[in-house]
Amino acid sequence: MTTEPVLAAVDDDAAPLTHHQLRELYTLMAAVRHLDTAAVAWQRQGIIPGYAPELGQEAAQVGSGYAVDRSRDFVFPTYREMGVARAMGLDMVGYMSTHKATWHGGMYNPLESRFAPIQAVVAGSVLHAVGWAHGQTLSGKASGHHGVAITYFGDGASSQGDVHEAMNFAAVMKAPVVFFIQNNGWAISVPTDRQVAGGSVAARAAGYGIPSLQVDGNDVVAVHEATRSAFAHCRAGNGPVVIEAMTYRRGPHSTADDPGRYRTLEEERLDAGQDPLERFKQRLLAEGIADEAFFAEAQRKAEEEEEAIRTGIEELGPRPGAEMFSLVFQEPTPALQSQATAWREESEHV
Amino acid sequence: MSETITDPRSADSNAGAAAVQQMSMQQALNRALDEILADNPKAVIFGEDCGRLGGVFRITDGLQAKHGEDRVFDTPLAESGILGMSVGLAMAGFHPIPEVQFDGFAYPAINQIVCQIARMNYRSRGTLPMPITLRVPSFGGIRAPEHHGESLEALFAHVPGLKVVSPSNPHDAYHLLKYAATRPDPVIFMEPKSRYWQKGPVDVTSAAAIPVTAAHDDGTAHGGSLTGARVAREGRHLTLVAWGAMVARCLQVAELAAEDGIDIEVLDLRWLKPIDADALARSVGKTRRAVVVHEAPLTSGLGAEVAQLITQSCFATLKAPVERVTGFDVPYPSGDLEDEYIPNIDRILFGIQRVLEYRRG
Repeated sequence: MTTEPVLAAVDDDAAPLTHHQLRELYTLMAAVRHLDTAAVAWQRQGIIPGYAPELGQEAAQVGSGYAVDRSRDFVFPTYREMGVARAMGLDMVGYMSTHKATWHGGMYNPLESRFAPIQAVVAGSVLHAVGWAHGQTLSGKASGHHGVAITYFGDGASSQGDVHEAMNFAAVMKAPVVFFIQNNGWAISVPTDRQVAGGSVAARAAGYGIPSLQVDGNDVVAVHEATRSAFAHCRAGNGPVVIEAMTYRRGPHSTADDPGRYRTLEEERLDAGQDPLERFKQRLLAEGIADEAFFAEAQRKAEEEEEAIRTGIEELGPRPGAEMFSLVFQEPTPALQSQATAWREESEHV
Repeated sequence: MSETITDPRSADSNAGAAAVQQMSMQQALNRALDEILADNPKAVIFGEDCGRLGGVFRITDGLQAKHGEDRVFDTPLAESGILGMSVGLAMAGFHPIPEVQFDGFAYPAINQIVCQIARMNYRSRGTLPMPITLRVPSFGGIRAPEHHGESLEALFAHVPGLKVVSPSNPHDAYHLLKYAATRPDPVIFMEPKSRYWQKGPVDVTSAAAIPVTAAHDDGTAHGGSLTGARVAREGRHLTLVAWGAMVARCLQVAELAAEDGIDIEVLDLRWLKPIDADALARSVGKTRRAVVVHEAPLTSGLGAEVAQLITQSCFATLKAPVERVTGFDVPYPSGDLEDEYIPNIDRILFGIQRVLEYRRG
C-alpha cells in the first residue's frame, strides 16, 4: 500500500534551462523587483491609492509564471501576482490599473492574457481553476495536450474551506490543476505557525491523493523546474499537483499595513533568508553565465520599463461612469437601464 | 386573453390539442433539460446526486444515461465547490446548469454566487460572461427538515449581476428553463418544490400558448414574452401579486372571493429580477388595489419592492396602501407549523379584506 502519491514519470522534454533562459529569468526578476519597489513609491507620491507588494517573492512568481504556455494554459491569481503577470508578458499598465483604482479586475483582457481578473477573495478563484481544468477534460483533448490551470494562493488562503473543496474536487475528477501555494510566512499580521496546522500546506495534498512538491521558493530555477514537471504531469492526464513554494513576504501586506506592529526588523532579517534576486545573481556570476555588464543592463531595462508603465498609469483617466451600468450584464435589465439614464441626466445635466 | 390554463381544473379544455400534453412540473423540467443538452453541446448539468440517481427530486432523471457522464455528473458534496466550478466552466466556454439540492444549501455557496458568479462579467469588463443557470428547488410546503424550505428570492434579487425567475406551473417551467439556459447572464432558477408533482398542460411548441404580457418582449426565443409577468387570472377589483407556489394558492383564493362577488386578478410575476414593472402598472392601474403574497419573511422581502413599484406607477389611483401577506420574520418552522407560516387562504382573504375596507383618514 502506498501512502505518498508521486508525480507520474513523464517525459516533458525537460532539458536544463539554457543560459539564455537563465538570463531571461533574471531580467524578469529584476523588472519585477524594480516595478514592485517603484509601485510602493508611486503610492507614497499619490500616483496610486494602494498596492500589495510582492517583495521577496520574485523567484516564486517569475519561476512559475515562466512555465505557463499561453497558447493553452490559464492562470487564476489573487491580488499579489504581479510577478506572474510580468513573466507571462501581460499588458502591465492594464495589470497595474487595478492599483490605480481604475477597474477592480484590471484593464487587461483576461481571455487573451490567459490570466483571470485580479480578485480579492483569496481562495475564491481556486475553485474556478478546478472548473476550468475540468472543462479541458470535457473538451476531450488527447493525453499530453491538456490545457492546465494554475491557481495561486497563500498560506493564509489555505485556511479557507474553498481550498479543501477545490483539492478534493480536482482529485476526484483528475482535473489538470496546479495548486501553487506561496507560503510567504505571513497572512497580514498572522504568521504561518498560527495559520497552518502541521506547518505545511503541501503535506495536506497526501490526504487527497494528490502528489505534492515543497520547493525553495527563493530559488527561481527550483521553482521553475517544479512547476514545469507539475505542468507535464497534469498535461498527461494524471490529475492535479500541489506545489508549496516556501518564501517570505519581505514587505508589508499592503501600503496600508505597518509590519512594525507584529514583527521586528531583526526578525525580518533572520526569517527572510537570502534575497532571491541577489542569490540568483551570485549564482549566475559564479557559473559564468552573466557578468556585471549584464546586470547593469537588466537594471537599466527595468527602470526604462517602469517609467513607461508609470507614464501609462498616470495617463490612465477614470473610466466613463456609464460602464458602471453597461458591464453588469450582457443583457441589461430595464431597471438598470433606467438607473443609467437617471444617473446620466442628474450627473451630466443632459 | 384566454382563461388561464395553469389551473389544473381548466386543463380538460386543452386536452384535445395535439401540441398540449399533461405533465408534472418535474416532467416538464426534465424534458426541458433533455432538450437543452441536445441543443447545446456546451451545456453541462451537475450537482449532488444529479447523475445516476437523477436528483433527489428526479429532475435530472435519465439524463446521464442518455447524454453521458461528461454532460451530466455527480459532484462531491460541497455547494461552494459546485458553484465555484461553474465559474471556471463558464470561463472555459461551457453553459453550466448546476443544481443546489435544496434552497438552504445555497448559503454555503453564497460567496461563489455573490462575489464570483454575479461579478465576473463586471470584473472582467464583459470578457468573461457567466451563462450559468442555477437550479434551486425552493420554498416550503413539503414537511421537510430544517434548511429545506427557504425563500431566497429577495437575497438573490438584491445582488447586482444576478437574475431571478420562478415558474408557477409546468408550462412556464418548461419554457422559462429553456429560455434561461440560452441567456448569457447568470439566472437563479427557483423551482417551487411543492408544485413538482402537480400536473398541468404544457405546450412544447409555443411559450405563447400561455397568456403572457407583452412587456420587454424580445420576440426571439420562443415566439412569446418569457421575460415578463403573466396574468394568471383576469379580474377587476384587486390584484394578487405572487410567484412560485403562491400563484396556485392565489388562484384558489380568487375562486372563493368570486363567490362573494369579488373579482380578483392574479398576476404571476415569474421574474423576480428584473420585475415586470409595466405589468404591475397595467394590472393595478386597472384594479386600483393590490396584495402581494410571498412565502419569504415580511421584512425587506420582495413584497416591499413590489409595493414600491406599484406606488410609483399607481399612487394617484390607488384606493388603499399595498398590503403584504407573507411568511413571518422567523426561521422557517418545522413541518408541524409550516401551515401556520406559509400564507394560507384565510390570511390572504384577510389581506384582501383589509384592502377592500380601507378608508382614507
